[in-house]
Amino acid sequence: MKLFKTALKSLLGNGLKTWLTVFVLSVSFVLIIFMQGLLEGWSRQAVIDAVAWEIAGGQYWSEAYDPYDPFSLDSCARDIPDQLMPAAESGLLEAVLISQGTIYPQGRMQGVILKGIDPEQQIVKLPTRLLAGEGPEIPVIIGAHMAKQAHLKENDLVTLRWRDANGTFEAADLRIAGIFVTTVPTIDNGQIWLALDKLQSMMLRENQASILIASPDYEAQQLEGWLFKDVEELSSNTIAMVKAKSMGMAIFYLIFLLLALLAIFDTQTLAIFRRQREIGTLVALGMTRKQVQWLFTLEGSLNALLAIALGCLYGIPLFIYLSTNGLSFPIDVSEFGLPVSDVMYPYYSLKLIVGTIVFILLSTALVSYLPARQIARMNPTEAIRGKMH
Amino acid sequence: MIVEVKHLTKKFPVGKAYFTALKDLNLSFAEAEFTGLVGPSGSGKTTLLNIIGSLDVPSEGEVIVLGKSVGRLSPPEAALLRKQELGFIFQNYNLLPVYTVFENVEFPLLLLDMPARERKKRVLESLSWLGLSDKVNSRPAQLSGGECQRVAIARAMVKRPRLVLADEPTANLDSVNSHNILQAMLKLNQELKTSFIFATHDEKVIGYLKRIIQLEDGRVAEDRLV
Repeated sequence: MKLFKTALKSLLGNGLKTWLTVFVLSVSFVLIIFMQGLLEGWSRQAVIDAVAWEIAGGQYWSEAYDPYDPFSLDSCARDIPDQLMPAAESGLLEAVLISQGTIYPQGRMQGVILKGIDPEQQIVKLPTRLLAGEGPEIPVIIGAHMAKQAHLKENDLVTLRWRDANGTFEAADLRIAGIFVTTVPTIDNGQIWLALDKLQSMMLRENQASILIASPDYEAQQLEGWLFKDVEELSSNTIAMVKAKSMGMAIFYLIFLLLALLAIFDTQTLAIFRRQREIGTLVALGMTRKQVQWLFTLEGSLNALLAIALGCLYGIPLFIYLSTNGLSFPIDVSEFGLPVSDVMYPYYSLKLIVGTIVFILLSTALVSYLPARQIARMNPTEAIRGKMH
Repeated sequence: MIVEVKHLTKKFPVGKAYFTALKDLNLSFAEAEFTGLVGPSGSGKTTLLNIIGSLDVPSEGEVIVLGKSVGRLSPPEAALLRKQELGFIFQNYNLLPVYTVFENVEFPLLLLDMPARERKKRVLESLSWLGLSDKVNSRPAQLSGGECQRVAIARAMVKRPRLVLADEPTANLDSVNSHNILQAMLKLNQELKTSFIFATHDEKVIGYLKRIIQLEDGRVAEDRLV
């Protein structure tokens, strides 16, 4: 406490210089929490949206299904196993058949992924009821991003060409029965959703599916030829992608933090030479050189404590406002390739705040300690006279 | 004896050679002395003062301060000796610039973990002795040289040390302030029986001393009572 009071008094005695350092450090402290909170909020929103729109309670994947291998998409479908039929019939599992085709919007050619799903399903948020209905054209739904890319509107007709299980090319007209808006790009970009039974008959794959989406109430079981992937596994890619995207942002606040730490290091180094008479006096008054060294380390570290206090003054209201009202993105983020909603709600966890405080305190203590080591090597008799070089 | 110096030699490395600042010195200081180490620059006054103050150690020989051989003390033990028993007064006052007068004088008592009420009483008493009661909240930058040195004396005396070491305490002061300071120290020496050892070549100081030890080239040239 004695050392703390002494260090605080010396630090505050430096006046404007201290407050400038503290301000820069507080900005980096607030910026780190803000950015990390935004990332955390983004991650959470991405997972929540992916669960609502695509993952649900997990998925069975046909052993041959690889979403990143277009060559295997047409042949990965398998018969829905008998063991899963009761769950599929009761709505606990929804079969999805995945295949490929080509559409010709406005005379252009565009490769698409075709996904067949039961129009009556209630497991995922897709507006699949629009897929029901009879007519000369096949009713399909697409995402807003896909609609924009292909210049398609509701009730537009577009020709689809596909190859069935025997390798025969077929063609039919599709009618855009609905366009849904989602933040999940993996069910939107380049994808067309249609009724499962229709796609099965088009592909000559009766009773076959590529994946089965499970309801959250479904209890998974081991099945030969099918792999069950839980929510955690299916969302890990999304989280990893969000983190990878955010690495670029991290560089900015790390540079800012580095500048603040450099200022503290510089202040400390100068202070030790400028205040050597004071150091010598403290030793003469009865402190050991080690104690003086810790006093200076503490003094430097107190910059962080003041910065945290200052950061809390303007950071807490800012964080409360942002987590309540969200942060709007005025730009079109649909090209981002990741689930990004128009309004992002940052999430500030206790772990994030405490972690950032500890990180700032430790890094400040380190840059304060490094120059202060010089004190332990000082000759007090020379220091008292201010004769050290 | 409060201090005993036995065959003290102090050498400093200068390049590859050594400069001998003190050569086989033998001295002793009794309680409540008002003694001066006088001599020209480089005669070894400050070096001897630093060794007695346990800020430096002998190269050869022994210096016993209040029963403790300073050469054998560990850094924490030496710090404890300084903290509890010794007071220092420097030529440049060496006040802590961001502290007020009160806080500067209070600092040695903080190191001694003295209770706040006792600290306040002692600090105000010391400042009153030295006529600084009206400067309690001033900072060193707002004081004159004489006032700064009086604060330094108050800081040295506040813990009631048995020995005060003063290195050229009047070097930066005018004649009037020097006399005021010296009278204050003499008063403290007489009233509190505190021993004072000065390192000085100031004639004004020499006029107040009760014992003068003349040093020349690291040796005692003369040791006389006044």
